[in-house]
Amino acid sequence: MLRLVLLLAVLAGQVLADEIPPAERLSDTLTMSPELRAMQADETANPASLSVLDGEALWNARAGASGKSCADCHGDGAKAMRGVAAHYPAFDAGSGRVLDLEAKINQCRTERQGAAALPMESRDLLSLTTYVGRQSRGQLIVSVDPRLVPTIEKGRQMFNARQGQLNLSCAICHDDNWGRKLGAVTVPQAHPTAYPIYRLEWQSVGSLQRRLRNCMVGMRAEPYVLGSDEFIALETFLMSRAKGLAVETPGIRP
Amino acid sequence: MARALINVPKTAKVGDVIEIKTLVSHPMETGYRVGLGGELLPRDIIQTFICTFNGAEFYRAEFSPAVAANPYFSFHMLASESGVLEFRWQGDNDFLLVETATLTVE
Repeated sequence: MLRLVLLLAVLAGQVLADEIPPAERLSDTLTMSPELRAMQADETANPASLSVLDGEALWNARAGASGKSCADCHGDGAKAMRGVAAHYPAFDAGSGRVLDLEAKINQCRTERQGAAALPMESRDLLSLTTYVGRQSRGQLIVSVDPRLVPTIEKGRQMFNARQGQLNLSCAICHDDNWGRKLGAVTVPQAHPTAYPIYRLEWQSVGSLQRRLRNCMVGMRAEPYVLGSDEFIALETFLMSRAKGLAVETPGIRP
Repeated sequence: MARALINVPKTAKVGDVIEIKTLVSHPMETGYRVGLGGELLPRDIIQTFICTFNGAEFYRAEFSPAVAANPYFSFHMLASESGVLEFRWQGDNDFLLVETATLTVE
């Protein structure tokens, strides 16, 4: 009887599960220990600062057939890129696609600089993305472009769909059970406010897509291909879901 | 791209205990891990970190393969006179990184 009640409670929880209302949205940083939060806040202790420095050097370095650097067109990254990461992924009118920051950087490289696209998760691409993301630290995430709506809806569907051998959806953990424990870890609301992150477990900087792949493997689902439209749709939905929270790039995660 | 971040107060008063923070970019490959093809990845670590003040060594650390990537160190110094701090990281594959910082003691 108790089992039946529990089962019904679980099912009811899932049926009634709703998105997190804006007033209850919390940055994932708040689920970390005070020590890790201090590490994230202190630029000398935050190892992702090294990526910001590498990214700044790449921003000012010439690349490709055009012989131009990012700075030759955009100027000082600290000014030109301010607030940019707060509204990415964004709709790209030229290609008619939604691009995340990594894809946008590679589009700039191939179309404007005449350089080869940087491989996903390569050190250079992560450094440039971290540098661009850093310039939006403290800015509130916005998601207002109506052209993003179909992509957000696709991402929302993926977020709520059960997948993998464990038959879980993203929402079961991050909408219904955030704040509770999964083993020793507090389940976060999963807002991508601090990407690219330096994950201590990885001992390196990694992208949001790498983190999503990690979650999918944990659910025993087949991860999407890095750079695929599926991942970008999921990223776009997650950013719309995090609307109103501040960008914290570059973040630390355990 | 070898790189370090150093945080030293620019000025201090005589008798102040100042905190020095350093972060260095390094993979700290242990030598015990295997690559995708099953081959052993050769060890590549920083072996020593030495900090000198006006040429005199006052802080030294010896690193082991158990130290995580991008080592962060924080330590203290008694400010007595103005001078130059030199930080030297040395390791496998002829890794050598030297950085300096100036401290003005009033």
